[in-house]
Amino acid sequence: MLMISPRMATGMQEKQYTPSLLSFFIYNPSFGPREGEEEKKILFYHPCDVEKNEKIRNVGLCEAIVQFTRTFCPTKPAKSLHTQKNRQFFFEPEDNFWIVMVVRNPMIEKPNKDGKPPTIEYQEEEILDTVYGAVLRQCYSMYKLFNGTFGRAMEAGGVELLTQKLEKFFYRYLQTLHLQSCDLLDVFGGISFFPLDKMTYLKIQSFVNRVEESLSLVKYTAFLYNDQLIWSGLEQDDMRILYKYLTTSLFPRHSEPELAGRDSPLRPEVAGNLLHYGRFLTGPANLKDPEAKFRFPKIFVNKEDSYEELHLIVYKAMSAAACFMISASVELTREFCEQLDSLVGPQLTLLASDICEQFNINRRISGPDKEPQFKFIYFNHMNLAEKSTIHMRKTASVSLTSVHPDLMKILGDINCDFARVDEDEEIIVKAMTDYWVVGKKSDQRELYVILNQKNANLIEVNEEVKRLCATQFNNIFFLD
Amino acid sequence: MSDEHYLELCDNPVQFENASSVNNVFFDEANKQVFAVRSGGATGVVVKGPDDKNSVAFRMDDKGEVKCIKFSIGNKILAVQRTSKSVVFPDKRSVKLLKSQSINVNWYQYCPETAVILLSTTVQGNVLQPFAFRSGTMSKMSKFEIELPVVPKPAKLSLSERDIAMATIYGQLYVMYLKHHSRTANSPSAEVVLYHLPREGACKKSHVLKLNTTGKFALNIVDNLVVVHHQSSQTSLIFDIRLREPDCAVNTHQPVLPARSIHPYRIPLSGPTVVPSQPAVPCQLYSSSWSVFQPDIIISASEGYLWYLQVKLPPTVNLLQDKGKLMDFLLRRRDCKMVILSVCSQILEGGEKGSLPVVATVFDKLNQVYKEYLEAEQTYTLAMESGPSRGSAAQKRPVRTQAVIDQSDMYTHVLSAFTERKGVSHKFIIAVLMEYIRSLNQFQITVQHYLYELVIKTLVQHNLFYMLHQFLQYHVLSDSKPLVRATPQPRLSTANDEIVEVLLSKQQVLGALRFIRSVGGHDNVSARKFLDAAQQTGDQMLFYTVFRFFQQRNQRLRGNPAFNPGEHCEEHVVHFKQLFGEQALMKPATV
Repeated sequence: MLMISPRMATGMQEKQYTPSLLSFFIYNPSFGPREGEEEKKILFYHPCDVEKNEKIRNVGLCEAIVQFTRTFCPTKPAKSLHTQKNRQFFFEPEDNFWIVMVVRNPMIEKPNKDGKPPTIEYQEEEILDTVYGAVLRQCYSMYKLFNGTFGRAMEAGGVELLTQKLEKFFYRYLQTLHLQSCDLLDVFGGISFFPLDKMTYLKIQSFVNRVEESLSLVKYTAFLYNDQLIWSGLEQDDMRILYKYLTTSLFPRHSEPELAGRDSPLRPEVAGNLLHYGRFLTGPANLKDPEAKFRFPKIFVNKEDSYEELHLIVYKAMSAAACFMISASVELTREFCEQLDSLVGPQLTLLASDICEQFNINRRISGPDKEPQFKFIYFNHMNLAEKSTIHMRKTASVSLTSVHPDLMKILGDINCDFARVDEDEEIIVKAMTDYWVVGKKSDQRELYVILNQKNANLIEVNEEVKRLCATQFNNIFFLD
Repeated sequence: MSDEHYLELCDNPVQFENASSVNNVFFDEANKQVFAVRSGGATGVVVKGPDDKNSVAFRMDDKGEVKCIKFSIGNKILAVQRTSKSVVFPDKRSVKLLKSQSINVNWYQYCPETAVILLSTTVQGNVLQPFAFRSGTMSKMSKFEIELPVVPKPAKLSLSERDIAMATIYGQLYVMYLKHHSRTANSPSAEVVLYHLPREGACKKSHVLKLNTTGKFALNIVDNLVVVHHQSSQTSLIFDIRLREPDCAVNTHQPVLPARSIHPYRIPLSGPTVVPSQPAVPCQLYSSSWSVFQPDIIISASEGYLWYLQVKLPPTVNLLQDKGKLMDFLLRRRDCKMVILSVCSQILEGGEKGSLPVVATVFDKLNQVYKEYLEAEQTYTLAMESGPSRGSAAQKRPVRTQAVIDQSDMYTHVLSAFTERKGVSHKFIIAVLMEYIRSLNQFQITVQHYLYELVIKTLVQHNLFYMLHQFLQYHVLSDSKPLVRATPQPRLSTANDEIVEVLLSKQQVLGALRFIRSVGGHDNVSARKFLDAAQQTGDQMLFYTVFRFFQQRNQRLRGNPAFNPGEHCEEHVVHFKQLFGEQALMKPATV
């Protein structure tokens, strides 16, 4: 469970530790209100090897803090508790169900002479409530995507079923939390959209509509290219979490075999002469396998006042991925999967190469290799569109940033400032390391720019950002 | 099966005295006039033309049997032929020989439309020599040979003038040869072979129309279709030489539609002038007394009628299942617009599985024609603006045929009603609208605003705001001319404002409110605009709801439900009080 990754900092002997997960638990105070029954409140506790009384103590403490702070503001109970060594985050996603995440603060270990134990310096101000609060909410959303609400499990099988589900889900999910690389993007939880010209976009619309018409079981479709979204038939909030799952979990898991198979010829076993690259990322790995199972992950999406359970079929050809969602009440058969494969495979392959070609043409028109020379993060609250030139491609394990964590911290701070007021704002910060950091908030959009211009003054930086907005942002999303 | 007769005789035929022992009837193809000559002209000659309701009637002396009688253009000079070697002009006129050619001729055919005469030469008669008359001169065109099914031995006249006809199809002159089947040659059924006769250059065999049967045939040309009448089966076939057959060799054509007879025709008992209640007798179609003339004339001398043959498009819709082919066919017909629009409505009505690809094909075909017209129009406009150039001939303004189905036609006759129809899934509606917009974009046609409005309205009605946002994001619902492109910020706001305007103008006040709330703009919109729209609908509950919505907004923003003077909502407050009373107004919350 330890996820401490020591890294050498400034001093030769100093060791720096990034933030890490200390514990994560879920409880419901109404399940054990009487003394001696406290353990019943606990539905999930990580790490599991903690002694029972300690679990009860920690849960009790959280309960007490929440109750206590409620007296100051009944509608907004405490969200986090800062201590020297760690920070606790509280979240009540459903009535009386609380999720608590305890994060150990980053720290520096300074060795002492004369064989004394090293001194530990906790950097308690280095982590942001907004970032980890968002991570916590995301944990719940992800659980809900695959399991529905806590309340649903309670209805179906009581506490027993709920604890089973929590155990099964969070045991694996918590291993994929990489707290050291969480940043502003987790606050936004945005969706990266693939830049596309209108005509190609309309072709994709046409493809989606035709597939939905001929495979009438398909209720919703989402279309992605290069791990970026192009179309979602799901509502925004559902798409947001599904997108997170696809891009941080499902796609990275499958990217390795795809890279390996790039040089191999088109699948020769495909019936007829419609060669294509299509394959299922969920469900059967090989349709020809007589033992193949036609089971797909199930997801829950919101529908008016209730939720809807769906099979999630993810089908990919080259860089284009289509997610087809089908009511879970339908049993999916081999025949259906074969029909889907033969219908979607060739079309999606063709579309993928069309998109690739069109994208290259557009990029050539808009300027050869005109990768932005500056680093920025853009987010639009209205459509959740995000774009970052700071983050490298996300992999399954870590998301790499190309800037120093100190600068990321500044971005997070500016974002907190923006969150406090409704008006449009602009903040310019000169960082210790000669970087300028500029944050702009306009209407529902936020833009953060990092400039490396040592000798520039405030006026020059302001001018530069204006210029960048004019040249870069008229086609940040759209190339047509 | 409803009416399947796709050919009909016109309902205002030219009527004349039927041919009898005392009445000879002549037809002049050039002026399209029928001459009824009684007793060699002594008891009267009645001339009836196609348009002139007033027939010409006169008498002339009976100087023997009339072999042929014609007027010159404009009815100025009458020519009468009584012997094989002389023509008489009733007025005294002199005739001058302009040019002569010496050829052995078996027979001739003349096409008045193009002023081309075709002479049959050689012993077998199958070498045809055309001459063109133009502004008083006669020019020899290149001769050509018709391929006979069997070459007779010894050689004898084998090509009859009955089997040759000339007609203009799609603006080009063709010689049509009715090639009968022959037991000896390997041709099991008859066919029509078309030879293209260009103004310049050699004549070439260009199309073969497969008749798939044998017997007696006659040809007409109607609306650029070759109509082949088959007497023994009393049916007709139509061919469109521009329709390509995928499974046939190039330029070999099968009939467009299954064979059907001409629509039954009834002749009123006492002629066409009597009251309609008069009983009518069915006319015998495909009668052996019929004479067929080019391009579209059928004459029954025994009954005294001249009809124009017409194509009826509505029955073709149900006879041609392949909608893409049907569109190709209809788009080339003269009176096609309403039929095409009805086909569009029909394919949207069905809503059966797999109709979207068909819808897409149909839209693409329509927009192809639409685009060609727009381009021609643009070229013309440009040429006009740059002034008449000396080099090129004067530009002609492109003709807008009925086949040009523009966005307003589609909106008015098809899409608007389709989106209103009950029982159609909104998914299908949106898919169809997007398919139309896709097709327009594909042909680089600027999409009209009302189509976007239709999409927006449909999305808003079904609360599909997220889809709407996505379309906006990819500029799908915007003019092709970019509005404001400096930053993405004003771009989207402008689109939002536009959408609100659209919805309000459609009286979708709640939809507009829901939309603006979904984009988080409801704190900044003008309350007055919404209240105006709500008041205009005359729906009191709607007005109440909207009024309450803004009062609550005011309360939330300013802690007071009242409107600010700057908002200019005084009259709405008065209206509200009148309707619901003073006490219905929200009172400021006391803390």
